[in-house]
Amino acid sequence: MLNDWSYVAIFTVISMFLPAAAIAIASFLAPKKPNPIKNSIYECGVETVGATWVQFKVQYYIYTLVFLLFDVEIIFLYPWAVAYNQLPLFAVVEVIIFILILLGGLLYAWRKGALEWV
Amino acid sequence: MTPLQIVFLLVAAITLFSAVMVVSIRGMMHAALFLVLTLMGVAFMFATLGSRFFAIIQILVYIGSIAILIIFAVMLTRNIMDAEVASLNRGWWFFAPLALLIFASIVLVLSSWSAFATLRDLSSTSGENILEFGKALTDPNGFVIPFEVASVLLVAAMVGAVYIAMERRGGRG
Amino acid sequence: MDGAMILEWVIKSIFLILVMTGGFAYVTLYERKVLARIQVRIGPNRAGPFGVLQPVADGIKLIFKEELVPAKADKLIFTLAPVLTVIPALIITAVVPWGTEVTLFGRTIKLYLADINIAVLYLMAVTSISIYGIALAGWSSNNKYATLGGLRATAQMISYELALGFAMIVPVMMAGSMSLVDIVESQKPVWFVFVQPLAFLIYFIAALAEINRSPFDMPEAEQELTAGYHTEYSGMKFALFFMAEYIKMIAISMIGSSLFLGGYRGPFVDQLPALGPLYLFIKVAIVLFVIIWIRATLPRIRYDRLMQFGWKVLFPLALLNVFVTGVVLILVGG
Repeated sequence: MLNDWSYVAIFTVISMFLPAAAIAIASFLAPKKPNPIKNSIYECGVETVGATWVQFKVQYYIYTLVFLLFDVEIIFLYPWAVAYNQLPLFAVVEVIIFILILLGGLLYAWRKGALEWV
Repeated sequence: MTPLQIVFLLVAAITLFSAVMVVSIRGMMHAALFLVLTLMGVAFMFATLGSRFFAIIQILVYIGSIAILIIFAVMLTRNIMDAEVASLNRGWWFFAPLALLIFASIVLVLSSWSAFATLRDLSSTSGENILEFGKALTDPNGFVIPFEVASVLLVAAMVGAVYIAMERRGGRG
Repeated sequence: MDGAMILEWVIKSIFLILVMTGGFAYVTLYERKVLARIQVRIGPNRAGPFGVLQPVADGIKLIFKEELVPAKADKLIFTLAPVLTVIPALIITAVVPWGTEVTLFGRTIKLYLADINIAVLYLMAVTSISIYGIALAGWSSNNKYATLGGLRATAQMISYELALGFAMIVPVMMAGSMSLVDIVESQKPVWFVFVQPLAFLIYFIAALAEINRSPFDMPEAEQELTAGYHTEYSGMKFALFFMAEYIKMIAISMIGSSLFLGGYRGPFVDQLPALGPLYLFIKVAIVLFVIIWIRATLPRIRYDRLMQFGWKVLFPLALLNVFVTGVVLILVGG
């Protein structure tokens, strides 16, 4: 299957070498003199208090949830966009209905306050 | 073996290994990252089987949003790096062979299914015909009903999720 | 298997990677020079004439810097994160055409790496993977600033990805293809930016947010998060994050040029295909100038406003734009 996709695969493999080589070269050339103070966590000179990995805001999760649904919508719309020039009016109306239904979902999330950060 | 088959087997091995790691590793964040690796392996398999469109969708939906959703969910729970909890429960010696048995019977059933062996070989074509796909998606004789139902399903899922999440937050709105 | 073909591919891949890396080095200088001129300064001018050796000096300095790994960090992911950030930034450029084809040493060489039939979806997919490097860098550092920066970056990137996706549908609709080569070719009569200025604007804003550039550089807001997700990084690993950011800048300029500004198209490009890369270079340089200009002009947006802008202004606008384009194209095309 020698086609443009194998090309992308070759390019991906080659592009992995660049950052890997950079880190490898630097690990040979860079000095290594660690000490506990250097390796402590940076917090503007103040010692860090409490655990870093604590419970985070639920808002991050809600945004991702709404994002997921519209992400799926985008994927449905791309094949439609490709075929757009050759579609009958009926098909375009269908997609407009599709968008409107999802717009309704967005409005619900909006009214419900899911899009508020604070 | 062709080079493609070797690569396929290699990726399959990585996928299976990371799938096992998802359930056995301590620390939920690492489990989530192994899940991403598994999903990546599945995407690669779609690509080698000639279905690049689904490979891209696998990456876009599963890795780009569902895995991120899972990572945020992990961050929402407390003690995410707590390695004290045993990752295997006590009955594992019973359930591991059971899972293998179920897997073996699925393979057996599928291999005796005639359509499984006669799947169309897509790997020779340069990819799917997205144009035909787009037409079929909105064709009244094609998939227009599933297409519209999908939008209703998506909205229903979102309304449900937002409702539950917002109620938990303290019933605002 | 055609050996010469594979060799050509490998050479083109390495060439593109070298161009992007060299481009990164000189975009840093370009940015410092332009910023300096806007702020009535001179900018770097000591290393070589007009400071052209400055990126080399910076690179050598960064290689010889000590790399610190926080004692409590997740060491494997900490090392992996910069690599995972650079790879998507590089591979997203694989589908962007730099020209049609030229004849060199008796061989017809296509001036693009890959012409895949779902290139625009590929761009979306690579964009969505590029979140991971930043999120993991923030998380694995075990630093509160870094973790917050990583989280913010993730939430911001997924929010603006929607607007980006809807803005990129419009050129696909007009060209009737997802291949970037076809999209550029269908801009022969008129560039899409003149037909769809709103889509271009949405693309541009969303892309700026996607690569965490000013005024959307909230994940690395110095005043509140020190340096955001790369607070704990130093030496070469820091350089890789820096590199990814600038390569992404070049990449979004290349993609934006191809989708809306006619890509490699320009006067006489049909007669002389070698002009293609030159036109693309000029367009990328102009878009990069605008990006730097925006950085010099606009203050950073507050995070809650940034999220609100993404979800309540940009996203509905992008959705509406697809809607209106669909209706108008039907009315015009009959």
